[in-house]
Amino acid sequence: MSAVLDHHDDHAHDDHHAPTGWRRWVFATNHKDIGTLYLLFSFTMLMIGGILAMGIRAELYQPGLQLVNPELFNQLTTMHGLIMVFGAIMPGFVGFANWMIPLQIGAGDMAFARMNNFSFWLMIPAGLMLAGSFFMPGGAPAAGWTLYAPLTLQMGPSMDAGIFAMHILGASSIMGSINIIVTILNMRAPGMTLMKMPMFCWTWLITAYLLIAVMPVLAGAITMTLTDRHFGTSFFNPAGGGDPVMYQHIFWFFGHPEVYIMILPAFGIISQIVPAFARKKLFGYASMVYATGSIAILSFVVWAHHMFTTGMPVTGQLFFMYSTMLIAVPTGVKIFNWIATMWKGSMTFETPMLFAVGFIFVFTLGGFTGLILSMAPVDTQLQDTYYVVAHFHYVLVAGSLYAMFAGYYYWAPKWTGVMYNETRGKIHFWWSLIAFNITFFPMHFLGLAGMPRRYADYPMQFADFNLIASLGAFAFGLAQVYFFVFVVLPTMLGKGEKAPQKPWDGAEGLEWEVPSPAPFHTFETPPKLNADANKIVA
Amino acid sequence: MTMGKVPNSRWAAMQSGLLKALLGLVGLSAGTAFATNDLPGGPAVNQLNMHPPVTAIAIEQNWLHWFMLILCTVIFVAVFGVMFYSIWKHRRSVGHKSQELPEPIWVELGWTIVPFLIVIGMALPATKVLVAQKDTTNADLTIKATGMQWQWGYDYIKGEGEGIGFISRLDPEHRAMSNAGTGPKPDDYLLKVDNPLVVPVGQKIRMITTANDVIHSWMIPAFGVKQDAIPGFVRDTWFRAEKEGMYYGQCVELCGKEHAYMPINVKVVSAAEYTAWVNEQQKMMAAKADDPAKVWELAALVERGATVYAANCAACHQANGKGAGPIKALDGSAIVLNKDHAEVISSLLNGRANGAMPAWKSLSDTEIAAVITYAKNSWSNQSGDLVQPAAVQAARNN
Repeated sequence: MSAVLDHHDDHAHDDHHAPTGWRRWVFATNHKDIGTLYLLFSFTMLMIGGILAMGIRAELYQPGLQLVNPELFNQLTTMHGLIMVFGAIMPGFVGFANWMIPLQIGAGDMAFARMNNFSFWLMIPAGLMLAGSFFMPGGAPAAGWTLYAPLTLQMGPSMDAGIFAMHILGASSIMGSINIIVTILNMRAPGMTLMKMPMFCWTWLITAYLLIAVMPVLAGAITMTLTDRHFGTSFFNPAGGGDPVMYQHIFWFFGHPEVYIMILPAFGIISQIVPAFARKKLFGYASMVYATGSIAILSFVVWAHHMFTTGMPVTGQLFFMYSTMLIAVPTGVKIFNWIATMWKGSMTFETPMLFAVGFIFVFTLGGFTGLILSMAPVDTQLQDTYYVVAHFHYVLVAGSLYAMFAGYYYWAPKWTGVMYNETRGKIHFWWSLIAFNITFFPMHFLGLAGMPRRYADYPMQFADFNLIASLGAFAFGLAQVYFFVFVVLPTMLGKGEKAPQKPWDGAEGLEWEVPSPAPFHTFETPPKLNADANKIVA
Repeated sequence: MTMGKVPNSRWAAMQSGLLKALLGLVGLSAGTAFATNDLPGGPAVNQLNMHPPVTAIAIEQNWLHWFMLILCTVIFVAVFGVMFYSIWKHRRSVGHKSQELPEPIWVELGWTIVPFLIVIGMALPATKVLVAQKDTTNADLTIKATGMQWQWGYDYIKGEGEGIGFISRLDPEHRAMSNAGTGPKPDDYLLKVDNPLVVPVGQKIRMITTANDVIHSWMIPAFGVKQDAIPGFVRDTWFRAEKEGMYYGQCVELCGKEHAYMPINVKVVSAAEYTAWVNEQQKMMAAKADDPAKVWELAALVERGATVYAANCAACHQANGKGAGPIKALDGSAIVLNKDHAEVISSLLNGRANGAMPAWKSLSDTEIAAVITYAKNSWSNQSGDLVQPAAVQAARNN
């Protein structure tokens, strides 16, 4: 399959007239600038969501209500979830996609440069609406990030703002996904066949299809919530004959693929980093691609494992239990392939590799608790307890977020042209890893003992573990401030050792074939590639 | 059908002792200011595992969890043993040169098929438990639990005690302790209710769940039972408690601001005690049934209203009637003081502000009349105005 390419040299182009000052960012059409904007937006939302999390943990530091009332507590948990999922993790990976996909496939830019600009700038009003909902009458939405009906019908006007924000974010994600799919399918350099593509591009291609499939489903669910709230419909309102369980089915039909939307690009980043620092090729490349595809397909048939306690018929529970357990198989293949990639390598442990190994180790722990939760009779004990909170933070924080940290350390020299400070990177890693486990490991015990999630206050017997978790959380939050101030900021200001074109001797791929920092325009004419499609030959 | 043994308490004690020592070392023991003890039937201090099971299903769930935990730990240690061995041996700093490995197809097939077989091995015992857990037939006693913002209603539907019905809510003192923030708290903090659900030991109890407003969830960890209570729908689950005693659980589906304050408390008693309890309840119900036609004196109705207010309203509107934050004040409220009672009665029966103030239909006509009269004649409100139960009854039947 050969790639279709524009003939750039047919017409004169105006790259040296790139806008400067604020125009450069507001009218940005360059994939690198837009990628930077996405990453900065994502980090801002991570900080806002993080402050909300600190509020939650400060209130739970000891039994009794000290800082917030229960209404505000529910607002904190709800907005922490929404902001982290839709504001921090998803845009973060889109930022990586914008920066790296054109560089990795040898394309000049993203396929639809102006739509790319629009999909970024759409997120700003949505982000403002989410973060600003605390200042609306009645406060922020407080129905949990899952927005279960009919509790959403009792919320104040900020619920409508929240729904609108999510519609906008959904539209932005869909545009971003179309852009990624079209770019990958049409703009690869000649010789870059699909099965020679870097794993990060593969995982994003599959993720983009997942996004296009499920974002409209979420839009439908929240639109029905909106019409139930204001226009007299009763889709989910039992008082009018509606079905609150149907909401959950629709939501989780979106929500479970969403989980993989947040983890597949992470798998892609890890699959780039492990071979680079093991100085070997990725073991089982083809099986990695197939495993990613299998996970994506399976993710559509497992949604009701979030609903084991709603009272499904026994056959339904059995089906969803079996299908959920099956996901362990392709996920296992990925873990085994990464370890086989390390095996007999010549490993070094710079910060990207530390985060990648940390990811594999801690994410797998979260994977195993997922397997335990998939067992419906055990889930009867654990559903809606802190065990679930521990589980999904192990896969989302130690999974998605750690992969993004790994990706930052790996690619920032290419983005900024300077090396980050290695010692500080290592401090960031160990500090985050230890604080993370202090925060979330005790939550497994709280959940096993039956402490429900989304509780502003709790029985005395849970006090010690909550205290430990809170201390861990403060330390974890502080670690991320350290990361920004002492690692990211200096590289953005260009302080540090100058980065060579390829700072990692084991790394492969076209992004290492261009100078550091990557020039404003790269691959204006399609490069000629070697047989493995990882080096430019002419 | 017991598949395995529950770990013994000595192990649990050793674990919690270790933890205490650890906490003491860093000088962080939060509970030291006021010593907290284990709550039998509820959580233990720093409990590390599920509650000690008292039903066959809960024993199976515990067994399944141990089975999964051990299996997953073994796989985890094996897989990461390999990874850390590789990290140790195959480093550049110890001079290891990288070698590409052959990729024979059996490797990929192997680590697809073997996990698949392990997963089947996990699914088989789980299937057996799940099927048993869902079998709610042949119950000795059927009880309906209705979730409401923010209390549980229990109705004995079928079996001994049929017709008994009551509301079960958190001890208001515990709610006040929560608001007070710091301060000593009892072992059953946030778990103590006014009227526990009473059931006989050794009998199969079918719990039907539903809700009045939003989704709630009814659980007792020691019974291995958790079932969402969904408005407009009826769901069921069952348990057969093998041991007498008090058992505790909490609402586990986010249901609004007082989500953390609607505990579940089940008292399991002997058959004889249960029969005695049923007789007593039936006598009390006959005596307590307020006649809504009764005409009340102001003082008596205000006194009755004070108890209703303390139990239901003070959590939000505060004992001083001033409200807090978004909660409206009743003291000086035009709606409360209005000589026309229609709006205030409808507010109690139907709720206000989209359910921000919930509907209190579950209270009797006399209780609603009493609490309105109380509000009209307390704090700075001294209207001398009085609402008779008959007016509430008329509004309710409209």
